[in-house]
Amino acid sequence: MAPCETGPASPGAVVVRLENIGLSHDHGRSFILRHVDLEIRAGEFVALLGPSGVGKSTLLRVIMGLVPPSEGQVTLHARPAQAHRPAAMVFQDAKLMPWRSVRRNVELGLEGLGLNRAARHARAMAALELVGLADRAERWPRQLSGGQRQRVGVARALTVEPDLLLMDEPFGALDAITRAGLQRELLDIHARRQGTVLFVTHDLDEALLLADRIIILQGHPAGVKGDFMVGPRPHEGAAVQAMAARMKRLIAGEPDPGADAAYWQASEI
Amino acid sequence: MSQARAHLLRPALGLAGVVVLFGVWEGAVRWGWIQSGFLPAPSSLGPAWLDEVRSGAWVQAIRDSLTHYLTGLVAGSVMGTLVGLLCGALPVLDGLLSGIVRVLRPIPGLAWVPFAILWFGLNTAGATFIIAISVFWINFYAAYGAVRAIDPDLYEVAAAFGHGGFWARLRTVVLPAASPGVLDGLRTGIGQAWMSVVAAELFGVPGIGARMMQASSLLATDLVVVYMLTMALLYAVTDTLFMLVRRRLLGWQG
Repeated sequence: MAPCETGPASPGAVVVRLENIGLSHDHGRSFILRHVDLEIRAGEFVALLGPSGVGKSTLLRVIMGLVPPSEGQVTLHARPAQAHRPAAMVFQDAKLMPWRSVRRNVELGLEGLGLNRAARHARAMAALELVGLADRAERWPRQLSGGQRQRVGVARALTVEPDLLLMDEPFGALDAITRAGLQRELLDIHARRQGTVLFVTHDLDEALLLADRIIILQGHPAGVKGDFMVGPRPHEGAAVQAMAARMKRLIAGEPDPGADAAYWQASEI
Repeated sequence: MSQARAHLLRPALGLAGVVVLFGVWEGAVRWGWIQSGFLPAPSSLGPAWLDEVRSGAWVQAIRDSLTHYLTGLVAGSVMGTLVGLLCGALPVLDGLLSGIVRVLRPIPGLAWVPFAILWFGLNTAGATFIIAISVFWINFYAAYGAVRAIDPDLYEVAAAFGHGGFWARLRTVVLPAASPGVLDGLRTGIGQAWMSVVAAELFGVPGIGARMMQASSLLATDLVVVYMLTMALLYAVTDTLFMLVRRRLLGWQG
């Protein structure tokens, strides 16, 4: 089995299901997230789009199991495969451990999976190869650029062969050129891997560039206010333009002229 | 200026400073600006030191003091670091000990001398106890502060990749992240412990401090200065050794 090449066995199967998720930090007096229902299927590249501070990253942490929801439940359907993790996350500023070499950072998620040292080493190197940093394996994180560090963050997540890859505005802190390069690479990796991705961003253009499905999170408490199937790339043309215009209104919290349930279904191309 | 030259300039300047100090000092005594009873001339230190070495007292004093120093340093550092790390990592323990820490913290190591004598006597154990207490607090606060300063996001990263339990967090995040702070505490303790050695021995436990007391009661100021310089040398050696170890351990900091 080649590392980082395994997608879920059955495309189209539900990978993660969120049912009526609610999150409150004050025992139910106020909610950050409320009534969030969501299904993500194998192979989808989903963007979670919404204004800054609305709770997108928090929802990602609920899915990852880092924050327990106050209401509802998250069901992750993981493959029964050995030596992998059901979900992995790419953090906003990479968040590498500065005392570990690049390779040892990538190995973080492999520890505790019952792999021996040689197997961990091989898998980490394969993931570093995938993001083009195999020659930096024995460097310290401080010796890398911001873009390189974030690639290591991507390698660290991919090497555990997750059923669901969660990405929390991973390119938000990078300069425009580095960001564009990494976006291209991510699409390339996704095309090869055929994994399932949930990508948080507040940038509509980034969502349109990367995702084949865009979910709008908006409101206080935040809920799913739109769910758009944007279809095959590249995302251009009148239909996509019209969708983008509606997404913009939804993100801004403006009333949407086509905001009824039937219309959402019809918007699936 | 080339890097190699810049690298050599600082130690050279440091050495020049010492030479100037000794020169001025020697001149001041020789030309009668300072009476030799107040301050011995540097040129008198060599013979005084040789006498002390020949009698065996110098080596014996160093051996005694090193014993107090090392046992007190190790005991105080290990205990202080351990309790500091645990208090930093366990809020319940932190809360439980916070009152006790407030009561005990302001008490200087020297204030424990009566109890050191009562509990251990005028011996190695008593001196070790005094040194250990002063080193304990330095390491306690260094370790505690280092743990509290850890970026909380790193705990999240560790948890996301399967290191969520207390022991897993301790191993993957707390210990490595706190190591620079802990090592800084150890270094401060290495210096502080030499000061405590003299203080702990002044009340009669044999060693450099006791020897300095004897010398000063005989107005043998040259001998006092010989032991002052001996301590400076011992400190320089221990600190340099420690820094070599530290550099190896913290290569990732650059």
